[in-house]
Parts: sequence; structure tokens; C-alpha cells
Amino acid sequence: MTAAMENADVTDERTLPPIGELGIAALILVVAAGIYLTAQTNRHPNLVPAVIALTLAGVVVAVAVVMLARIGKFAWGKFRMVFGWALLEYAVIAGMLVYVFVLDHIPSATLAVLIAALVLFAVDIPMMFGFAVARYQPVSP
Amino acid sequence: MSDTVKIGPISAEAPLGPPPGPPPVPDFSIVPRVGVVVAGAIIVLLIVSIAGNWLWALDFFHVAGGGLWTGIDLFVGLAIGPIIGRMSVPARIEFSTRFMPKMLVIMPTLVIVTLAAGYQLARHLGFLAPNSPNHGLLVASYIVVGVMAVIALGILEPANLAVLFELKKERPNGERIGKLMRIFILTAGITGVMQVATLVIMTRLATS
Repeated sequence: MTAAMENADVTDERTLPPIGELGIAALILVVAAGIYLTAQTNRHPNLVPAVIALTLAGVVVAVAVVMLARIGKFAWGKFRMVFGWALLEYAVIAGMLVYVFVLDHIPSATLAVLIAALVLFAVDIPMMFGFAVARYQPVSP
Repeated sequence: MSDTVKIGPISAEAPLGPPPGPPPVPDFSIVPRVGVVVAGAIIVLLIVSIAGNWLWALDFFHVAGGGLWTGIDLFVGLAIGPIIGRMSVPARIEFSTRFMPKMLVIMPTLVIVTLAAGYQLARHLGFLAPNSPNHGLLVASYIVVGVMAVIALGILEPANLAVLFELKKERPNGERIGKLMRIFILTAGITGVMQVATLVIMTRLATS
């Protein structure tokens, strides 16, 4: 079997939605909200800018998930495998950061927004990883 | 994640020229299990240090983790990356199969250790207080790390994973690996250069 034959079953890249680009856009919003909040630890910050950034990030991730779900031929097996393991890894990282914030008695409203940011972070990154791998893999059910 | 990669048939009766077909890919594991165990042990020690609020341990984790993170980023981006770019395709494949799985475990571990310990250390030393003279430098470091995180998690790491899974195929696509490796090397170089800013900020913080 030649490389061309094996890769013939790979999803046509021209038809793929911009999941990676959307994932990066959401990540930029989450990181910006995180920087804004952590820069104001030890005081009660105005949460509105962070909430707006995270709401936009949530919308972007939701759009990416819908676009992803509408892809017909795709290496879903590989996507699920990479997504699952990366989700476990980033859930551990996010959990650790939540633990640090709770230990430091971050005010509850700020903590809630930080947790929302970490949840988006822990879902967005595995989605990008899974997509980056699966787009070059043979199509599976 | 440790399928055996079949190597194309090599005839002993073909002494002239390179063997036909794609270059051989050594067997490798995408995620080294021993590395995961070591990383898990380090994370447990970090949690214990944070819970106990041990200043020495927090300082150790932050300095050792940050030094390794910065050093590895600079070395990979500015020394190893250009070397890989000039290697032959078989040498590049062999190097990648041994090097990239390790990076997959080492880098996230160093990042979480450095950031979590650093945040606690800053709190312990009073740098998080808005009226601290070092607060501005701290926020600058958040921004530098944030930009590096977006590049590393959004571009570098997906390219790293895609290369590893491509190499696991029976017949890896050399052109695709080359394209992804160029992305990996370029982004490693950018984060390496950005680490210089981190070094400047952290040395200013430590001496102010």
C-alpha cells in the first residue's frame, strides 16, 4: 500500500471547518480573562470584563463543537481517544489550580468565574488536540 | 498507544542505493508510561508543598521548574530545532520518535509545576497585593506566559501530536510530517525567544 493509498481515506482537508482556529480564539479569550482576574487577586475586581470574555469563549467553543459534530467522514475513533486522554490531563491541571484558588480563599464570585474559565480551558484544549490528530487519520465510524 | 509500526521489506540483495519505499520508523510509544508515573509523583509532591505552604519547596519547584522550562524552550527552539531542520528525513523521523514523546510529558509537567508553585510563592511573598511594588512585573509575567500558552497549546502541541500519530501509520506521509515539523520548530523558536522576556522579568523580581 502506498502513502497515497493509505491517505486516500483521510478526511478531505478542504471540507473541514476551522476548529483549530476557533479553539485558538477561545483560548485567547480564556487566557485574557484569567490574566485579568489573577492580576487582581487580593481585591474585589469588576468581574464584567472577564464574564464577557468567557461568554464569548463559551460561544466560540459551542460553535466549534456544532461544526465538529456536523463533519460527516472523520476519524472519530482517534478523535475520541486523544480528546479523552487530554481531557483527563487538563482536568487534573484545572483541578490543581482550583485547589490552589480555594486554599487561598479567593472571593466566591471571582472563584466561580475562574472555575468557569478553567472548565472552558479543560474542554477547548482537548478538542484542539483531538482535531489536530484526527484530521490526518483514516476515516472511522 | 504503543502499536507496533511495521517497517517496509528490506532486501539483503540490494546493496546499491537506499532501500525502496518510505524510511523505516522505529517502534515507539506516544506517551511514555514511566514518564507519566514520574510526572504524577512530582505533581503529588507539588500538591503537598502547596497544602503545607512550605516556602523552600515552593521556591524549589518554581525555580527548578521555571529554569528547566525556560532552558528547554530556548535550547529546543534555538539549537535543536534548526539542527532537526537540516537532518535527513530518516534521521529526523528517528529523532522525532525518541524526542517528541518525552516532550509530551516533560513540558506540561514543568509548566504546571512552575505556575502553581510561582503563584503560591508570589502570594507568600506579598507580590499579589495590588500595592506591591512588584505587582506590575508580576502582571507582565502573566501576559508573557499567557501568550506563550496560546502558542504552545494552540499550535505547537497539536502539531507535535499530529506528527506522532502520523509516524504511527504503516506508511507515514513524509510531506505532512515535514510541514508539521516546520510548525513545531517555528513555534518552539518563538516561545524560546519569549522566554528571554520571562528571564528578564523574573531576575528583576528576584533582585528588586
